[in-house]
Amino acid sequence: MNAALLIDFGSTYTKLSAVDLDDARLIGRSQAFTTASTDISIGLQKALDQLHIKIGAIDFKVRLACSSAAGGLSMVASGLVPGLTSKAAKLAAFGAGAKVIKTYAYQLTLEDIEEIGRINPDILLLSGGIDGGNSEVIIHNAGMLAGASGSFPVVIAGNRSAQSECEAVLRQSNHPVYTAPNVMPEMNVLNIEPVTKVIREIFLKRIVLAKGLNKASALLDNILMPTPSAVLSALTLLSKGIGKQQGLGDLIAVDLGGATTDVYSIAKGDPVNPSTVLRGLPEPLVKRTVEGDLGMRYNAQGIFEAIGGDVLCDLSGLSKETVSGVLKRYREDPAALPASPEEKKADQALASAAISLAMTRHAGRLERVFTPIGPVYEQTGKDLTQTERLIVTGGALIYADDLDRIVENALKLPDAMSLVPRSVKTVRDKEYLLSAMGLLSSYAPEVSFSLMKAYFGKDDMYAAD
Amino acid sequence: MRNKIVLGVIGADVHAVGNQILNYAFTDAGFHVVNLGVMVSQEEFIEAAIESDADAILVSSLYGHGELDCQGLREKCDEAGLKDILLYVGGNIVVGKQPFEEVEKRFKAMGFDRVFGPGTPPEVDIAALKEDLNWPKE
Ligand code: B12
Repeated sequence: MNAALLIDFGSTYTKLSAVDLDDARLIGRSQAFTTASTDISIGLQKALDQLHIKIGAIDFKVRLACSSAAGGLSMVASGLVPGLTSKAAKLAAFGAGAKVIKTYAYQLTLEDIEEIGRINPDILLLSGGIDGGNSEVIIHNAGMLAGASGSFPVVIAGNRSAQSECEAVLRQSNHPVYTAPNVMPEMNVLNIEPVTKVIREIFLKRIVLAKGLNKASALLDNILMPTPSAVLSALTLLSKGIGKQQGLGDLIAVDLGGATTDVYSIAKGDPVNPSTVLRGLPEPLVKRTVEGDLGMRYNAQGIFEAIGGDVLCDLSGLSKETVSGVLKRYREDPAALPASPEEKKADQALASAAISLAMTRHAGRLERVFTPIGPVYEQTGKDLTQTERLIVTGGALIYADDLDRIVENALKLPDAMSLVPRSVKTVRDKEYLLSAMGLLSSYAPEVSFSLMKAYFGKDDMYAAD
Repeated sequence: MRNKIVLGVIGADVHAVGNQILNYAFTDAGFHVVNLGVMVSQEEFIEAAIESDADAILVSSLYGHGELDCQGLREKCDEAGLKDILLYVGGNIVVGKQPFEEVEKRFKAMGFDRVFGPGTPPEVDIAALKEDLNWPKE
C-alpha cells in the first residue's frame, strides 16, 4: 500500500492523518499534545505511537506537515494608502496563512518602528505605491525599518521603481531581505499570489528553524506551510475541482478558536444585481481574514464589546449578570469548558456573535447612493449572499451541539446591507481533514480532492455532476 | 518627464463616453493614465493620486452637479500631502447654460488650475496639460 502521513502541529494538539493513496481512503487518525516549548518531536512521537496501535506499522511514502504551533506565523504589513496598498499587503499576509499583528499606512514614525521592534514579527511585508507610482514613502519606510530592532526578515513587494533602493537600504541592516512583485502593480489590481509564495519559502527556510520545529525533521520530510495556508489550499481545491472532476463551487469556512476567528471564502463575489456598481479594491477569489479580537475564551470579552451585551442576552436568553459572570470565569480560566446549562447557552450565543461579526467583516457591503436617475447600489468587497456551503473547522465548533441554530442565528444578525451568506448548509470538519488535505493537495491532488468531496459534498443537491 | 494622471467622472455621474475618449486620447499622447471610470468619490481620486504619484487629477462632471461634487477637493489634496498637484475639471460642469467666464471663475476659486467648457476637444486639454507640466515644445 502507498500511504501518506499528514501532520498538523496545532497550538494545542499535534494531529496526524494517515491516507491510503491507492484507494483515496483515510486509514486512521491520532493526536497528542503539542510539545513546541520543549521538543516538538516528543508530542509527534506520542501521536505516532498511538497511530501505530490503531493501524499497525506502515512505511509511509511521504510525511508532510503544516504548523501553527509556537505562535504560528506572525506578520506585520505596511503600505501606503489604508484602502489600497496597505490593504493589499494585509490580504497577502492573510493569504499566506499569517496572523497579521498590525498593519501600517503612510510613513512609519519612530514610534511605529519601536512598536514593530516590540512586536518582533516573524516576517514584515513592506509595500507601497503602484508600479511607477509613489516611491518616496516606501523608501522612507525601508530606511526606518533598517533601524528597527530584531532580525526579522523583510519582504519588499511594492513599487517596482523603488525596489532596488529599498533593498539596498535594508541590506545594510540586521534584517534579511527578500523581494517579490508588487502586491498592487496597477491601481485596483491585486497581485498577491507571488508574495505568498515568497512568504511560504521564508517560512520553510527560516521560521521553522527559528521556532525549533526542525527538531522533528527526523520524523517527517518537510514542514511545508503554516496551517491556515494548508486550509486555504484544501478549500481552493475543493471549490475548483481537478481535471474533469467538478468542484463544489463557492465555499465559505469558519475557524472559531479560543483567541481568534478565521474566515475563508472561495468565491468571486461579484454583484448579484448587474446594475450594482463595484467599488474599491477588487478582492481575491481565495480570501482569508483573521479577527484578532474575537475568540471563545481569550477574546470572549472582545465578542461582548463588538456585539453588545444586549445581543448576547437576547441570543442566550440569559440575564446581564449571568452573561458577565460567565465572561469573568472565561477570562480567569481560558481553558474552561462549559460547566452549566447557562454556560452552554452563553457559549452558543458567543459563537453566533463571533461568526456573525467575523463574516460581516469578511464579506462585502452594499451602500445606497442617490443620483439624479434614482438610487444606485454600490458594492465594496465580496457578495457572498448566494454562497450556500459553510464548512466549520476548529475546536470550538466542530463538536458544538445545535450547530445549525448557532449558524442560523449568526446569519440573522447582520443588517440587510451586509453581503454575508443568507442561508447555508453547514458541514463540520470533524476529522481535521482540511489541513491534512491541503498538505496532500501539493503531493496527490486527485486523492485529496476525492477524499474531501466524499466528506464535505455528500448531499447530491449541491453536486453539479 | 511628468506624465502621470488620474482620470475619472466625479460623484454619482455615470456618463462614461467622454471618460473613455479622454483615457484613449491622453494615453495616445504619451501620458500614463490611471483611469478610475465613472462614479468616483473625492477620496478615490486622492488615494489613487497618492499611490500613483500623479502629476495631475482630471475630473469630469457631466450631469450638472459638478459644483457640489468638486467642493473641497483642493483642500483634501492639501491635507493628503498632494502639494501643488494640478487639478483640471471639464464636461457639463454646471446646471444649464451659464456664462463660461463665471463658471470658470467659481471653479478656479475652488482651487482648480484649469476649467474646460462643454465640448472642448481633447487636443486642447492635452496641449494645456503638456504646457503646465513643462513638456518640451514639439
Ligand atoms: C448619453 C447621455 C446620457 C446617458 C449616459 C450613458 C453612459 N453611461 O455614458 C444616460 C442616459 C445614462 C444619461 C443620464 C443622465 N443624463 Co445625460 N446625457 C447624455 C448625452 C446625450 C451625451 C453624453 C456623451 O456621451 N457625450 C459625448 C462625450 C464624448 O462628450 P462629453 O461627455 O461631453 O466629454 C467630452 C468633453 O466634455 C470633454 N471633457 C469631459 N470631461 C472632461 C474633463 C476634463 C478635465 C477635460 C479637460 C475635458 C473633459 O472631453 C470629452 C471628450 O471629448 C448628453 C448630452 C450631450 N449631447 O452632451 C446628456 C447630458 C450630459 N445628460 C444630462 C442629464 C441631465 C442627465 C440625467 C441627470 C438625466 C436624468 N434626469 O435622468 C442623467 C444623469 C445620470 C447620472 N447619474 O449620471 C444633461 C446634463 C445637463 C447639465 N449638466 O446641466 C445633458 C447635457 C443633456 C442635456 N442637454 O440636458 N445621459
